[in-house]
Amino acid sequence: MAFKLTEEFKTRAEKICAKYPRRDAALIPLLQEIQKETGYVAEEAMDALALLLELPYSRVKAVVTFYTMFNREPTGKYHLQVCRNISCHMAGAEGLLALLRAKLGLAEGGTTKDGLFTLSSVECLGACGSAPVMQVNDKYFEKLDEAKLSALLEDMRHGRLQH
Amino acid sequence: MENILFKDNVAEIEAYFAGGGYKPLKKALGLKPADVIDEVKRSNLRGRGGAGFPAGLKWSFISKDAEGPRYLVCNADEGEPGTFKDRELIRKNPHALIEGMAIAAYAIGAGHGYIYIRGEFAAEAELLEKAIAAARAKGFIGKNILGSGFNFELFTHRGAGAYICGEETALLESLEGFKGQPRLKPPFPAIKGLFGCPTVINNVETLAAVPAIIEKGGDWYAAIGNGKSAGTKLFCVSGAVSKPGVYELPLGVTFRELLEKSCGGMKAGKRLKAVLPGGSSTPALTAEEALAVKLDYESLAAAGSMLGSGAVIVIDDSQCMVKLLQVLSRFYHHESCGQCTPCREGCGWIEKILNRFEEGRAGRNDIDTLYSVAEGMMGRTICPLADAMAMPVMSFVKKFRAEFEAHADGKTCAKAP
Repeated sequence: MAFKLTEEFKTRAEKICAKYPRRDAALIPLLQEIQKETGYVAEEAMDALALLLELPYSRVKAVVTFYTMFNREPTGKYHLQVCRNISCHMAGAEGLLALLRAKLGLAEGGTTKDGLFTLSSVECLGACGSAPVMQVNDKYFEKLDEAKLSALLEDMRHGRLQH
Repeated sequence: MENILFKDNVAEIEAYFAGGGYKPLKKALGLKPADVIDEVKRSNLRGRGGAGFPAGLKWSFISKDAEGPRYLVCNADEGEPGTFKDRELIRKNPHALIEGMAIAAYAIGAGHGYIYIRGEFAAEAELLEKAIAAARAKGFIGKNILGSGFNFELFTHRGAGAYICGEETALLESLEGFKGQPRLKPPFPAIKGLFGCPTVINNVETLAAVPAIIEKGGDWYAAIGNGKSAGTKLFCVSGAVSKPGVYELPLGVTFRELLEKSCGGMKAGKRLKAVLPGGSSTPALTAEEALAVKLDYESLAAAGSMLGSGAVIVIDDSQCMVKLLQVLSRFYHHESCGQCTPCREGCGWIEKILNRFEEGRAGRNDIDTLYSVAEGMMGRTICPLADAMAMPVMSFVKKFRAEFEAHADGKTCAKAP
């Protein structure tokens, strides 16, 4: 698939580059912009960004594969990211993950066939006082339990949750 | 005592200003930069991100004669498991951070600053953007601040999901658009930091304490707390307590007081088994040790642990220590940047051994193997991530050996007596 950066994107990119004394420092923010628009960072997008910033493709690929927040494939409309670190674990994160696996018929990393949900387990989200925590796209859902999670899932299924 | 950092209803600039906010900045701009640094030195303010290095001393390492740009970076890459104070501080009191950064920048002669905030905190990054814009509109950020001739531009920069970027030189690499792999030191950031220029990196909580220190004086701040551990600290309490959350208390408060007075004690029916007093990377304390300890840099070091980021993880007796260590080992293995062999391989070995314990495939000899792998990682890497894995391993094995033995003997997930 051909990927072309729009003129609008390039104008926005220049503004972001201007925050830094070196243009290549804008690499991560620009990858975030691409992901915000297309939901993931495609190989072609990495290539286009490398050309824009005059960087070797390998540098862009190294960065994309190093940071866990970059998706290299499209995710579902709702990306469910369940924290499994110590405080959330003690508060029942494993039960939440098991419930999601069963209800969605997915293992971590998978996406439902209707393209609605992607399930991931993630490391500490920095909201341990309200464990267990799940991030859906950019939004945090805290102090979850199985009932709340089931209700949330229904809201998402019926488009009642802003994303 | 009155809170210094956690104040209510000051999130908007008008309210912050009405409460005396940005007056300390004006005061600082009327002083010589060296005098601002001296005031912070006198306060005994120490780094709140984990290392506890004196903030004023760190600022004084920027050479007065250094040519070219200098940078101030705020570390808001809050990622240490158990830590959730910077997020709440940014929500409650963003202008204390912005004002603290303007004062720090003036003190070290930095014209540009960046707040490196973890990628997941999208809402907080947006909140900061708005707060910076509001401060700029009032002339507290930007060119010729309050007519002083001092210029300071401040930007936010979001991370992209890597625990290692909380280490200050990995953070700099990431801010420059590279993989977040820590740098060999020396040179230290004060000599060669961001974009090769002299740089100071401070935690959110450290910088947010600066306006109060300038307003009321270093001696006032130094008198709060416990000797060399001066001031207040944001303690993040998670685990089986009645009221988990962030509590601002003077350093030197006892764990018992934090647990019983602030957090309302243990949850009904739960008994205290262990505490990780400063985040997942700090050595565990047994219930008896925890109930006898004061929470400050020196007291926790004397008890064989660390204050770290002030993340107090409370473990109750329904939890299996072997399982919890497996959870942590999976995390450190995932987050090791792969640069140093002892960390890259060691974290993986530890995770594999712990998987054997949890799956009933471990023998008693594995307990000593686990310990010796951890011992072999300590102090042998560029950054402290390897130590951060090794310290919980060694303390869990030493203090809760019976649980490891029970697993090896086929009685998996034995509960504490």
